[in-house]
Amino acid sequence: MYVAVKGGERAIENAHAWLAEERRGDISVAELSVAQIREQLGLAVNRVMAEGSLYDPDLAALAIKQARGDLIEAIFLIRAYRTTLPRFGASAPVDTGDMACDRRISATFKDLPGGQVLGPTFDYTHRLLDFKLAAEGETPDAPRRDAEPGPVPHVTDFLNREGLIEEALHDDTTPPDLTREPLEMPADRALRLQALTRADEGFTLSMAYSTQRGYARNHAFVGELRIGTVPVEMEIPELGFAIEIGEITLTECETVNQFKGSETEPPQFTRGYGLVFGQTERKAISMALVDRALRWEELGEDNVGAPAQDAEFVLYHADNIQATGFLEHIKLPHYVDFQSELELVRKLRREVEASQEQHREAAE
Amino acid sequence: MKDTIDQKPDRKAWMSLMAKAPEGRVAALLDAALPRPTFTWLRAPEIGSVMVRGRAGGTGAPFNLGEMTITRCALTLPSGEVGHAYVQGRSKADAEAAALVDALMQTGAVNVMQAKVLETLEQEATAQRTKRAEKAAATKVGFFTMVRGED
Repeated sequence: MYVAVKGGERAIENAHAWLAEERRGDISVAELSVAQIREQLGLAVNRVMAEGSLYDPDLAALAIKQARGDLIEAIFLIRAYRTTLPRFGASAPVDTGDMACDRRISATFKDLPGGQVLGPTFDYTHRLLDFKLAAEGETPDAPRRDAEPGPVPHVTDFLNREGLIEEALHDDTTPPDLTREPLEMPADRALRLQALTRADEGFTLSMAYSTQRGYARNHAFVGELRIGTVPVEMEIPELGFAIEIGEITLTECETVNQFKGSETEPPQFTRGYGLVFGQTERKAISMALVDRALRWEELGEDNVGAPAQDAEFVLYHADNIQATGFLEHIKLPHYVDFQSELELVRKLRREVEASQEQHREAAE
Repeated sequence: MKDTIDQKPDRKAWMSLMAKAPEGRVAALLDAALPRPTFTWLRAPEIGSVMVRGRAGGTGAPFNLGEMTITRCALTLPSGEVGHAYVQGRSKADAEAAALVDALMQTGAVNVMQAKVLETLEQEATAQRTKRAEKAAATKVGFFTMVRGED
């Protein structure tokens, strides 16, 4: 129950003024610019774009500054801004096979057309704090080597000559959109993928990890992981043809999963799919594992009752803005609710005491 | 607002190039090429979003991945040519410059626009792309077998 009360205005204004001061921190330390955040905290920017579900690095950097580095708060700011934008339309599905790859690796096949390209990765670093970064200094240019132009096909495309991997058949069904229609069960795969790509990274990681530990284990290998840029093309109605309206960085993960076959499907490798805005590798791998676990029904697998198989549980708890909105609202004034609860407990207590009194009298 | 201009296949290429240009670049190149003509807005610059789609498994059924910011506008030159722009991001100035170049590409200024704006943008985009591709190539793994444990 909500009741309007007055009297907090001055306290709120002063709290916000102090927030601004704390955000700025010690003024003898140079202020952080939005461009610095965009350029130097790129992976935080990427996470905010992915979970904020809006690709705009400058806005994500601004949100991170405003939120004092609280990424969920920053995602909240981006989601709120997003709702103010008129939508001009939907793009043609991006062609990730045509990606200009910064990174492209396969854990399943060593020698693949296009090669194993590590890109700017944390892998193989020793995870030792680098105190050189605490001092200002120049970064040397990264080495270069002639790039051999040529296609970098998806691993699953050229692997599937034997037909041992489940195919993702071309389809042009208009997908459902959870930003326009509330998420309802049962959710088809397109809707699940939309929910997962904007889902909280930590939640998605933990659900994926639970499948690896044995809760609906699906024996995933990273068939391919690629990070790079793709153009985004959209049909322009007033022109009557499609143009590229921009270019975005994406992380794509395809898992190949062992599958013994079911009543409806032959033994083969099945697939899980992750596609996320920005360089967001942990999230994309997690998404692919969770996507695969949620496909149990269409593949005719048993529901072993694992959390990662439960679409309703996963999808309704994956959104950190919904979750934090509901969680944090309980700290806001509930004085009247609490007053009535207090009255109720007092009444119950009186009744219990009265009945104890009666028992005592009866015993005497 | 259907266009009456021939849909030259090139137009897709130049509009796409300008949509992806770094912030402020199209305006800078346009202003260096010639004084801006006067124009009338058909659609004043407007910031909005486009829902980007992907495909399950890379090639399967489409799904909604998330939105991106886009700025669009349309204008007409006194001589009647209509210029359109859809550019990535939230810069109204960039959309205006791109729409002007699009309109001027349909006039006698086509060669100047081609040489001073579009070719430069193309070269810069190619250089940027090549640089990243070369850095990626330098991180390509060259496997070799050290010992085969067949004995």
